[in-house]
Amino acid sequence: MNRFIRQLLPFGTLILLIAALSALEPDTFLTAENFFNVLSRSSVNGIIAMGMTAVIISGGIDLSVGSMMAVSGMVAGLIMTKDGSIVPTPVLMWVGTLAGLATGLACGLLNGALITKLNLPPFIVTLGTMSAFRGISYVMNDGMMFDVPTYTFLGQSTVASIPVNVLIFLAIALLGFFILRYTPLGRYTYAIGSNRQAAYHAGVNVNRNLLIIYTLTGLFVGLAAMIATSRTVSAQPTAGLSLELDIIAAVVIGGASLTGGRGTVIGTIIGTLLISFLRNGLTLLGISTNIQLVVIGAIIIGAVAIDQMARAKAVESR
Amino acid sequence: MLPGWSLIWRSVIDNHESQNPPPLALRMTGISKRFGPVQALSDVTLTVRPGTVHALVGENGAGKSTLMKILAGVYQPDAGDIEIHGRREVFANPAAALEAGVSMIYQELDLAEHLTVAENIFLGAEPRGALPCMVGHGKMAAQAQELARQYSFDIRPSAAVEDLATGDCQIVEILKALRRKASILVMDEPTSSLSESEARRLFEVVRRLRSQGLAIIYISHRLEEIVDLADEVSVLRDGRLVHSEPASAMDIPKIVHHMVGRELTDFFPSRSAQIGDVLVQVTGLASDAGIENVGFEVRRGEIVGMAGLVGAGRTEVARAIFGVDKKRAGVVTLEGRELRIASPADAIRNGIAFLTEDRKRTGLCLELACSWNITLPSLEQIGFRPFIKPGRESRIAADVGSRMSVKWSSPRAPASSLSGGNQQKLLIARWLLADSKFLIFDEPTRGIDVGAKAEVYLLLNRLAEEGKGILFISSELPELFGVADRILVMRRGRLVGNLVTKETTPEEVMHLAAVEEKT
Repeated sequence: MNRFIRQLLPFGTLILLIAALSALEPDTFLTAENFFNVLSRSSVNGIIAMGMTAVIISGGIDLSVGSMMAVSGMVAGLIMTKDGSIVPTPVLMWVGTLAGLATGLACGLLNGALITKLNLPPFIVTLGTMSAFRGISYVMNDGMMFDVPTYTFLGQSTVASIPVNVLIFLAIALLGFFILRYTPLGRYTYAIGSNRQAAYHAGVNVNRNLLIIYTLTGLFVGLAAMIATSRTVSAQPTAGLSLELDIIAAVVIGGASLTGGRGTVIGTIIGTLLISFLRNGLTLLGISTNIQLVVIGAIIIGAVAIDQMARAKAVESR
Repeated sequence: MLPGWSLIWRSVIDNHESQNPPPLALRMTGISKRFGPVQALSDVTLTVRPGTVHALVGENGAGKSTLMKILAGVYQPDAGDIEIHGRREVFANPAAALEAGVSMIYQELDLAEHLTVAENIFLGAEPRGALPCMVGHGKMAAQAQELARQYSFDIRPSAAVEDLATGDCQIVEILKALRRKASILVMDEPTSSLSESEARRLFEVVRRLRSQGLAIIYISHRLEEIVDLADEVSVLRDGRLVHSEPASAMDIPKIVHHMVGRELTDFFPSRSAQIGDVLVQVTGLASDAGIENVGFEVRRGEIVGMAGLVGAGRTEVARAIFGVDKKRAGVVTLEGRELRIASPADAIRNGIAFLTEDRKRTGLCLELACSWNITLPSLEQIGFRPFIKPGRESRIAADVGSRMSVKWSSPRAPASSLSGGNQQKLLIARWLLADSKFLIFDEPTRGIDVGAKAEVYLLLNRLAEEGKGILFISSELPELFGVADRILVMRRGRLVGNLVTKETTPEEVMHLAAVEEKT
């Protein structure tokens, strides 16, 4: 019961926020266009957050997702502009997209391999690759971006007036939900995060599962990178700067525990939307982005504080 | 700092020793405490005289911990009084209890591992150095040394706590309490993680502290040591004090009787399993964890006990068989087939189960659902590949859980909500579901109450009747003799005895296990 209320809290806050903004700014906020705009912008964070949710449930962390996104986008941009023409050909766009996805996958695989083969803490490994990936993305075009003016499908087109990237986000969210809830891989993720030694003694192949989780996260980052590239029709080496913090925040607001074993896809989606709607609403209200940072910081701390108090109470009533 | 109460009452005793009985060190009267719907304690009265060891016994959940946490100021009672050396006290927090001279030594020691012995002893009350803002390390070491000498403890103040054996860590905890001028010392299961010789040394320490006038409240599941050590015994059952008497008038059957409220005539079930052909054969097993050339066999329907002192390599044998430790040499065959096991996953696939001795560290995922803990090793075997069907999973878990008579509010409740005995049954249920052929139980009754112990014995028996082979590792000789068909004895990583239970005696087993210590 208590647990249920705890999970409802971020959702309630989200509904309240939307209601308040609808009342304050009915003309600009409460429009289909604005909603799709917010969802579309959430899609990049949301897709990466699905991977991050699994990583955090397993008791790990991935600080490199922002840099990984930049590298993936830059590899795609490099390939798309390879023939020297300003407008990339459809074939190159396809190849570039696949290369971007493959880059994300490879980066994730590298993280996973370093964590499991060398038995290093995920925080250290991804702190290192965060720096390295960012460096590589700057080197690739001397710190400049690649323009891909016709690469609009993933980020700017719609199907039945719903943005394509929102549909992709939805699909990845369903996939994440399904994996975590209904597959042994998902169950093992919870078990590893809750008690790695116990999971190992119960026959869970801990290393293989961690490798899969980090690699999958890399693939999701690659996908997000292509959406981000398409939204701005350019691959930028500065893409995703400090993105990892936003994503970790969304996962934590959604009820995941950084010590592992706890977290849900639905919670993470709510956390992601909460941050996006808050940003959007505050912007519409004319509050500066600097103040937005302060508000989001307060929400992160508040969400976790309330969570802690609820848990302490639950323990005491036992 | 206030003058220590110990000094005050010591002078009180000196003055009145001849005329009056010594005053009480502790009197807790009419203590009641309720947590939500659970009445944890009702109207408990406990009196402890200085210079005595007062044993507090009771099954898990009887209220021992709650009572002691009230004494230590962790919980506040709903009703009742606490008097320390005749003075009424209300402890709003643990600091207040410490100030009044009550020190607790918990089962899980809470020392700062990276600090030295002296730094731990003086944690929070460091002597000052040249400047008031500095710690006087030299002074601190000297004072620690003096304290250790005063109570004749052999311990080096500059040693890092992480390098100490568990027994020495307890000595540090005791010194910490003595530094705080404790006059009432509560020890919660102090011997549960000690070897035989460390435990004997601890008993010496306890006797010495008693002779120096401390009042010691001693909580233990090991009734033998209570009969041996205690001056008085109080028994709690279902939150009530059911019996309190000098230990001289008590013996183990009597204590057990009060604890469970019934006679345990069939404490050890009668053996009825048919012993069949050889199921498991281990030959020449060796690992880098220190075991050499271990060989034995287990037949279908047989319970093979394994005795040995702590550190003799019993758990290491299990770990090598189960694939946790890498084998350096040796062959394990099951049903005549040689097994290649490189990880627990391989072992489980081949029908081997391992109930580890530390259920919190290597057994349970505490915050996950009971049902999840049960199905964890079997997820892919019981047809949950590729997808888990939650409804079916809950039914399967509920079914195997009820066969093990696990008491839970629901299979979805987190494993942390169960008592120790029920957690252990949950883990046994896990291996029941995995349908293993050969089960290794490492100290399955450690830290669980008498009633749950009897259930575990019964279950071992039932598994044997189903034709499974069981390796039963235990430090308690009575249960080995009560349950096992044969007893293997380990000493220093080697198998030194393979005895038929009916043809041997506890003395012989103990002698084999400890002979090197005696010479």
